[in-house]
Amino acid sequence: MRPFPVLLALALATALSFLTLPVVAIFVDSSPAELIDSLGEPGALDALWLSLRTTAMALAIILLVGTPAAYLLATRSFRGKALVVTLVELPLVLPPAVAGIALLAAVGPSGILGGAVDAAGIELTLQTAGVVVALTFVASPFYIRQAMAAFAAVDRTLLDASRTLGASEARGFRRVMIPAALPGLAAGTALALGRALGEFGATLMFAGSFQGITQTVPLAIYDRFSTNFDSALALSAVLVGISAAILVSVKLVQGSEALGGAPG
Amino acid sequence: MLRVEAQTRLGALALDVALDVQPGECLALAGPSGAGKTSVLRVAAGLLRPERGLVEAGGETWLDTTRGVDVPPERRRCGYVFQEYALFPHLTAWQNVAYPLRGVPRRQRRERALGLLERFGMRELADARPRTLSGGERQRVALARVLAREPGVLLLDEPLSALDARTRAGAARELASVLRQVETPALLVTHDFAEAAQLGDRVGVIDSGRVIQEGTPSELAAAPRSAFVADFTGAVVLTGVARSGPNGLTHVELDGGGAVTSTDRGDGPVAVSVYPWEIAIEPAAAASPPGSTQNHVSAEVLSVTRIGNRVRLGLGGPQPLAAEITGVSADQLGLRAGAQVIASWKASATRLVAI
Repeated sequence: MRPFPVLLALALATALSFLTLPVVAIFVDSSPAELIDSLGEPGALDALWLSLRTTAMALAIILLVGTPAAYLLATRSFRGKALVVTLVELPLVLPPAVAGIALLAAVGPSGILGGAVDAAGIELTLQTAGVVVALTFVASPFYIRQAMAAFAAVDRTLLDASRTLGASEARGFRRVMIPAALPGLAAGTALALGRALGEFGATLMFAGSFQGITQTVPLAIYDRFSTNFDSALALSAVLVGISAAILVSVKLVQGSEALGGAPG
Repeated sequence: MLRVEAQTRLGALALDVALDVQPGECLALAGPSGAGKTSVLRVAAGLLRPERGLVEAGGETWLDTTRGVDVPPERRRCGYVFQEYALFPHLTAWQNVAYPLRGVPRRQRRERALGLLERFGMRELADARPRTLSGGERQRVALARVLAREPGVLLLDEPLSALDARTRAGAARELASVLRQVETPALLVTHDFAEAAQLGDRVGVIDSGRVIQEGTPSELAAAPRSAFVADFTGAVVLTGVARSGPNGLTHVELDGGGAVTSTDRGDGPVAVSVYPWEIAIEPAAAASPPGSTQNHVSAEVLSVTRIGNRVRLGLGGPQPLAAEITGVSADQLGLRAGAQVIASWKASATRLVAI
C-alpha cells in the first residue's frame, strides 16, 4: 500500500468523525420522546417561534436591500469599489460581541444615532426589533458576498440582449439576472439563514435575553444548559434539524439546476 | 436606412467609422479580431457610447453626440443577434422569443412566439431550453427572437462562428434567406471574408478601427485597394448555377457567362470560390494546348498591385476575378491594365458552396 492515499483517507476520516460526532451525540444523548417532551415547556416554544420570526424578518430585509446592492457591486465599476466591498464584508470577520457593542454604540439609547431612532418612535434595545437588527447586521454580508459572486458569474451579454430586446435595466434585472443567478442567490440565502438562526453574541449584547421578546433559540439554549440540560439538548436538536434541512435544500436546488434547469 | 458614425478611443484602438446601409441591404464588416467590428454594432445598439458619433435609423436619431441625443438601448428598435446568441438559459425557446413581446396581451404572446418559431421550423422544440438545443437550433431561436422585436435594423455579430463546420453551411443558407426576406438594413460583422462575401450585399473591410475599403465581394477581391485587403479577401468568389456533369464533376454556368467545373458536389445556385494563387495567367493570344487545368476564363487585366514579391491582378470578365502570380511572371508577361489574358485553374481547386 502506498502511504499517501492512506494518509489522505486518514485525514478525511479524522475530519469526518470530529465534525459529525458532536452532532450525532445530541441525538444519542436523549431519546426522541424526551426531546419532544422538553419542547413542550413554554419557554422553549417561545424561543423557537421568536427565532423563526426574527430570522424571517431579517432575511426579508437582507434580500430586499442586499440583492440590488449586490447587483450594483457586481455589474458596475467605480472609484472606491474595493473599499465599499471590504466595508460590506467587515461584519463577516467581526467578533459577535464586538458587533453587539458596535450596534449599541450606533443605535443604542446613548449611541450616535440613538436620539434619531428614539425620535422616530422606534425602540430597539431589549426589544424584538433589536434582535432583527442584530441578525441583519451579522447575516447580511454572507448573503451580499454570495449574491455578488452569483451576479458576476452571469454572462453580461444576457443583460445586453435583454436591453436590445426592449427591456429596461430594471426589467432585465428582474426577468433575466435574478433567474440566471438564482442558484447562487439561494446559496447566499441559506448561508445568511444559517448565520441568523445561530446568532448569539450580538443579540445577547444588543437585545438581551428576555423570554418571548429577545430570547432566541441559541440564547434559550445558553440560558438553560446549566439548569435544564435536556431542554437545551432538545432545542439544539431542533436547530440541527433546521440547519440540515437548509443545507439539503440548497444542494437540491443546485443539483436540479445542474441537471435540468430552474423552474421557469 | 441605417447610418452609423463613430469616433472613439477603446484602449489601444482608435475607432473611426462612417457607414450607410440601405433598407433590405446587408453590409458585412469583415476584419481580423480586435479591428473594432463588434464595437460598431454596440455603438449602433446603444450598448457603447462613443466620444463622438451619430446613429440614425429609419428617420429616427438614436445618437447624436453634438446635440446630446442618446436613446437608451431598450428604445432603439435593434435586432441584435449576439455572437453566442445570448439566449436566456432559464427560459424555454418560446419564452425567449416572447421576451420582446411586451405590449402584447399575455395569451397572444405564446401564439406569436410559436408562429415565429414555426417560420424557422422550430415549433416542435418550443418548450426546449437553450442548453438542450444544438448550435444551429439556437441560432434559429435567436433570429426568431430578434424578429419578434420587429426591429428597424438587424445587427449580427459573427452569426456563424458559434457553429461547428458541419452545421455552418446550412445555417449560413438559412441566414442568407432571412436577410433576403427582411426589409430592414442589416449590419453583419465577421472575421471570415468568405462568410462576409456569402451573406453581405456589400462588404467593408475593417482594420485597426477603420473601414479600409467597401464594395461588392468580387470588387474587393478583384481590385483590392491595399495589400491588407488583398490578403484578407483571400478567395475569389463567383456565383453561378451548378448541375452534375460527366465524370463525377460538377458543371457550373457562371452568372454573366462562362462556365467552370469543380470536383465539389453542388446543385442549384452556388458560390464558386478559388484562391487567387491557384489561378494561372496566359496571354490570350497564346493558344497553348490544354494542360491539366479544366477551367479557362477570358478576362481583361484591370489592375496590377504589388504585394511584396507577388503581384495581385484584378481581372474583369463576366464576373470580376483576382489572380496572384509572382512578380517575375508578371514582368515576363508584360502585364498592364488593359491586357487580354486567360485565367486558368484546376477543377480540384474550385470550391462550391450552395447559396
